[in-house]
Amino acid sequence: MRREDLVCATVEVLAEAETVLPSWVEEAIREAVERERNPIAQSQLSAILENIRIAAEGGVPLCQDTGLPVFCLEIGRDLSIPPFLEEAIAEGVRRATEEIPLRPNAVDPLTRKNSGDNTGPGMPDIIIDLVPGDCLRITAFPKGAGSENGSFLAMLNPADDPLDFVAEEVAKRAGRACAPVFVGVGIGGTFDLAARLAKRALLHMPGSSDLDMALLSEINRIGTGPMGLGGDTTALAVRIETALCHTASLPVAVNLQCWANRSSSATVRGDGWSID
Amino acid sequence: MEHRLRTPVSQDDVAALRAGDLVWISGTVYTARDRVHALLATGEKLPVDLAGAVIYHCGPLIRDGTVLSAGPTTSGRVGRYTRDVVDRGVRLIVGKGGISEDAEALRGRAAYLAYPGGCGALAARQLLVKELHLPDLGMAEGLWELEAEGWGPMIVAIDSFGGDLYKEAKRSEMRSE
Repeated sequence: MRREDLVCATVEVLAEAETVLPSWVEEAIREAVERERNPIAQSQLSAILENIRIAAEGGVPLCQDTGLPVFCLEIGRDLSIPPFLEEAIAEGVRRATEEIPLRPNAVDPLTRKNSGDNTGPGMPDIIIDLVPGDCLRITAFPKGAGSENGSFLAMLNPADDPLDFVAEEVAKRAGRACAPVFVGVGIGGTFDLAARLAKRALLHMPGSSDLDMALLSEINRIGTGPMGLGGDTTALAVRIETALCHTASLPVAVNLQCWANRSSSATVRGDGWSID
Repeated sequence: MEHRLRTPVSQDDVAALRAGDLVWISGTVYTARDRVHALLATGEKLPVDLAGAVIYHCGPLIRDGTVLSAGPTTSGRVGRYTRDVVDRGVRLIVGKGGISEDAEALRGRAAYLAYPGGCGALAARQLLVKELHLPDLGMAEGLWELEAEGWGPMIVAIDSFGGDLYKEAKRSEMRSE
């Protein structure tokens, strides 16, 4: 694998994710406009569709909050991992920040000093999965603060109902998280595994199990609506991922994603790369 | 009802707005988010006059003097400064997600307008850069003076009489349970 291929693939998946939504996401918003009965909610959803069109046509970021750089890497087990792996992705983020451009969002958590190029300690955040094969698949999943700030984790009592808890909390928080939202739910595991499950649930969207659909209708029944202004469309999709947990625990994590569920993937091989 | 307003905004302009109305704004708009609000709350003198002003909870994406993307940021983070802002003469606050806990500070004096969150590319088409004040705060946190032309529509989400769409949405939640 050539370093320059990985840098270029990183720039390109970020550019694509920031300006063009995955088609299933746009389709979910279109379907929601058809179903929505509240006229103010309809106006918010129509503005969102107009925004999606303008961003794609002009090649400009959908949202001024271009997010923190989060990537998911699927690494083939037969691949010899290059020494420049993380460094080349960071270089891609710096280049993308200049070229797309992206808003410099990454600051030191204590001094609040901006690094200026969206990279620095811990950034970009790179999630690694091992898969069969000899390729590397890189997915850009830029994460805005509005929906990230609405995310939450709780160590419930095993006697509690985790689904009721999630529905109520999401309904309360979705208005400030740029609803209609996508809801990634992690139930079980440990404190940190629950959070990782919730993030992976977002990456594996949309969900389709009976439980996913039941939680989706429960969230929407509550009526928070787009941007919290009221309506039928609070969430567009839910996905629940679970892991075994300790008999004394019930960890529950929810990672919210705003309607701009941005992501784009590319595959890097020994002899080049291409957008998926 | 629909309102086309030009800055500076008058007391009568504000008094005509009711929750659920649509508003388009032309004239000067100032961005202000966490850092500018923190300054303002300390009583610091700002480089701009906020009498009759419109402030926008927004950290825009700007390149070479052009607004590329400029949707609203979450107002809840700066809601606690609403009284400070209104005391300085601000009559319209534009943002997303509402400031319901602090809405009492608007009563009789100002209104809160909701612009659809995430619609940065859409908003950018109606906003021009005039000047960056407080550049040391950076692109997102700086105080941008923007010129709006028919910018909207936005929804009056909280009016100056206590009408509040967020609270209504919450009340309907309780009824459905």
